[in-house]
Amino acid sequence: MNESARIVTFKMDGREIGAREDETILQVATDNGIFIPTLCYLEGLSAMGGCRLCMVEVKETSKLVPSCVTYAREGMEVITNSERLAKYRIMLLELFFAERNHICAICVANGRCELQNLTVNLGMTHVHFPYFYPRVPVDASHERFVLDHNRCILCTRCVRVCAEIEGAHTLDVMTRGMDSRIITDLNQAWGSSVTCTRCGKCVNVCPTGALSEKGKAVADIAVKKQFLPYLTRMRRGKQ
Amino acid sequence: MHPDELLDLIDKENEARSRWKHTIHICTAAGCLSCRSDALKEAFDKEVAAKGLAEVCAVKGVGCMGTCNAGPMVRIEPGGIHYGPVAPEDVSEIVMSLDGDPISRLLCKESAVFSSRQHKIVLENSGIVDPERIEDYIASGGYTALSTALATMSPSDVIAHVVQSGLRGRGGAGYPTGLKWTTVAKTGSRRKYVVCNADEGDPGAFMDRSVLESDPHRVLEGMAIAAYAVSAFHGYLYVRAEYPLAIKRLAKAIRDAERHGLLGNNICGTTFKFGVQIRLGAGAFVCGEETSLISSIEGNRGAPRPRPPYPAEYGLWGHPTLINNVETFANIPPIIRNGGAWFAKTGTEKSKGTKVFAIAGRVNNTGLIEVPFGITLREIVFDIGGGIPEGRNFKAVQTGGPSGGCIPAEFLDMPVDYESLASVGSILGSGGLIVMDDTSCMVDVAKYFMEFSRSESCGKCLPCRTGTPQMYHILGRISEGGGTRYDVQLLEELCDLLKNTSLCGLGLSAPNPVVSTLRYFKDEYEAHILDKTCPAGVCAMASGRMVRQ
Ligand SMILES: Cc1cc2nc3c(=O)[nH]c(=O)nc-3n(C[C@H](O)[C@H](O)[C@H](O)COP(=O)(O)O)c2cc1C
Ligand code: SF4
Ligand code: SF4
Ligand code: SF4
Repeated sequence: MNESARIVTFKMDGREIGAREDETILQVATDNGIFIPTLCYLEGLSAMGGCRLCMVEVKETSKLVPSCVTYAREGMEVITNSERLAKYRIMLLELFFAERNHICAICVANGRCELQNLTVNLGMTHVHFPYFYPRVPVDASHERFVLDHNRCILCTRCVRVCAEIEGAHTLDVMTRGMDSRIITDLNQAWGSSVTCTRCGKCVNVCPTGALSEKGKAVADIAVKKQFLPYLTRMRRGKQ
Repeated sequence: MHPDELLDLIDKENEARSRWKHTIHICTAAGCLSCRSDALKEAFDKEVAAKGLAEVCAVKGVGCMGTCNAGPMVRIEPGGIHYGPVAPEDVSEIVMSLDGDPISRLLCKESAVFSSRQHKIVLENSGIVDPERIEDYIASGGYTALSTALATMSPSDVIAHVVQSGLRGRGGAGYPTGLKWTTVAKTGSRRKYVVCNADEGDPGAFMDRSVLESDPHRVLEGMAIAAYAVSAFHGYLYVRAEYPLAIKRLAKAIRDAERHGLLGNNICGTTFKFGVQIRLGAGAFVCGEETSLISSIEGNRGAPRPRPPYPAEYGLWGHPTLINNVETFANIPPIIRNGGAWFAKTGTEKSKGTKVFAIAGRVNNTGLIEVPFGITLREIVFDIGGGIPEGRNFKAVQTGGPSGGCIPAEFLDMPVDYESLASVGSILGSGGLIVMDDTSCMVDVAKYFMEFSRSESCGKCLPCRTGTPQMYHILGRISEGGGTRYDVQLLEELCDLLKNTSLCGLGLSAPNPVVSTLRYFKDEYEAHILDKTCPAGVCAMASGRMVRQ
């Protein structure tokens, strides 16, 4: 963190809030107990701004801004929840469900899935867009882990943790649009990857059932993401 | 090269030119080359030599003359006689007639109407200079803007002229160029970059390609002036790999400019240095978006990142980067040569200068035109474009490609500028202009552009990645006769979502073709949905065959 960062004051949901100018709206909100939904953001990883759920309203403009990459500015007025935002967030969640094959009842992440939890928290009850039912494979070639593309929401948390924290960069995204897929190495089976260190970090940060550990009971594979801020802090301390 | 040497070179060129009694210009841009204008040029070379005229008659390969649908084009000077289309069999007749009357059967019908309403600044050399000879460009006044700027102007003087000119970016968004240059100039960094965006991803657009093929030095000169103004020492030209001729000519232009001391170290004998490299893009529409383009030059996946920070502050490898479009840079040399105030005299109050358009579709004269801002759509379509073929009725003009919209007949007398087009729900975009008559189905048009956006979406953000295929499928259902009124509501909902939540310009503007056709041609949607017919006779159920009920 930049030691010389100035302190700014601004309004969030009507509350006066003080923050460092190098903190994002999302970080400030979290510190102040205000909940902003997000699926791609994870503390400790670079922000990618892809799921668009964390968009908030800023008083001066009609444009919505993604709170994960927008910094607090002196005097700004932020609204983190409104009818308009709630409507968009529910539509976005519905689009996630229509995009791939999320069948919660038979998913390894049932009950501990961030996508599922958000639908409950934000009040999404049904999907009013047609489903695409794409044919997407499962890669179970790794001796310890499984990648089930049916559940993947392309948040790229796994890609970022593997590249930025583990330093392996085994995972990446291939092709574009709706055909985007998470791949290992140069689109080889994960089991034959020579770069994967089998550290399991990707599995630990996956918000859905797309990445899971073989042979573990559902209850045991709770998402462990606290290690990220810890690791980043410790590494920085050593430099 | 010192300014004096430039003048010497100009004298030498002019002396050579004064020996020619006739010059035969043959278009060697991609359009005419595809109709074998290279063979035509060879035929002229042979014929001129055979007739013993080589001393007095020059045969010159030049850039695009604009009347692309009449190609291959030939122009004879003096006289400004345009012939087209010309076949190798016509060559000997043309050479014979050089001192006599023009051959009426070969005269290009389009060229007179085509040129009368045009105003050429960007294309002033296009079809006149040989793009492969730097001497020709220099003799036409090329590189004097750069040498004058370096010799007599400070970087802030240069920027002041660009600000005064009122030039706005020609890549689509219309951001004031002077303001962008000021921002980059003011950022305190010792490493900065100048990037030319020659990705040109809009379907049907070929303005930038044409400028690069016809007058590559103009773009290099514009970039070098920009580099001097913002104090950058290195530049990149990002060109899509589908433009091999443009790339070849650019590569030669860079080598020649370096050899003449107009790029590289000690430019024009000063301490200023600037090097340019070409980077090839694999042809993804999204790579035209500036943050994606940066990522692609850096060797990463071409996907946009949220802005701010803007490239002006945080660009290539984290350094301040000036990104402008080809046509924007091409406007710079004349602005510096003649002054910002001169440029600001053309155009409207908020949109200065001219715009190059690629005009296509259901119109008699298709091709490349350059017109002053403030001209009306009617003048473009009916005067320059020569109206609609087969006596049919004008229906709409589509501007701005997949990010733009359809403008119906009631706005034909609207002046063409950034604000006016935006006020009727379209955009100027990069300059693609497609004319449609009553044989076009607006649902089909919306579907076509949505198919494009769907397949070009990078997939990074959810609303664009899955919203565009949702819309494409709904439009498909409507065009097949299976649509309901609820589908229109779904479309409207999705348009609103994408416009408000997408990450980059692709997703933010992808709904525009749908929004604008729903706004002006809702009756056509209703005909498809309620009456199960396609009024224009394009979609599946037009034949009376209903695909889905
Ligand atoms: C999806 C997308 C595609 C774009 N494609 C191009 C392009 O092909 N060429 C271009 O010059 N600008 C393109 N742009 C605009 C650029 O991002 C950028 O605004 C422009 O290059 C800036 O130059 P200018 O100020 O000279 O217009 C595109 C923007 C978006 C959002
Ligand atoms: S297990 Fe570790 S190294 Fe292997 S893909 Fe996952 S994060 Fe990367
Ligand atoms: S596999 Fe999991 S972590 Fe990776 S992109 Fe998909 S949903 Fe996100
Ligand atoms: S709007 Fe479309 S192209 Fe732009 S970042 Fe999102 S998915 Fe990619």
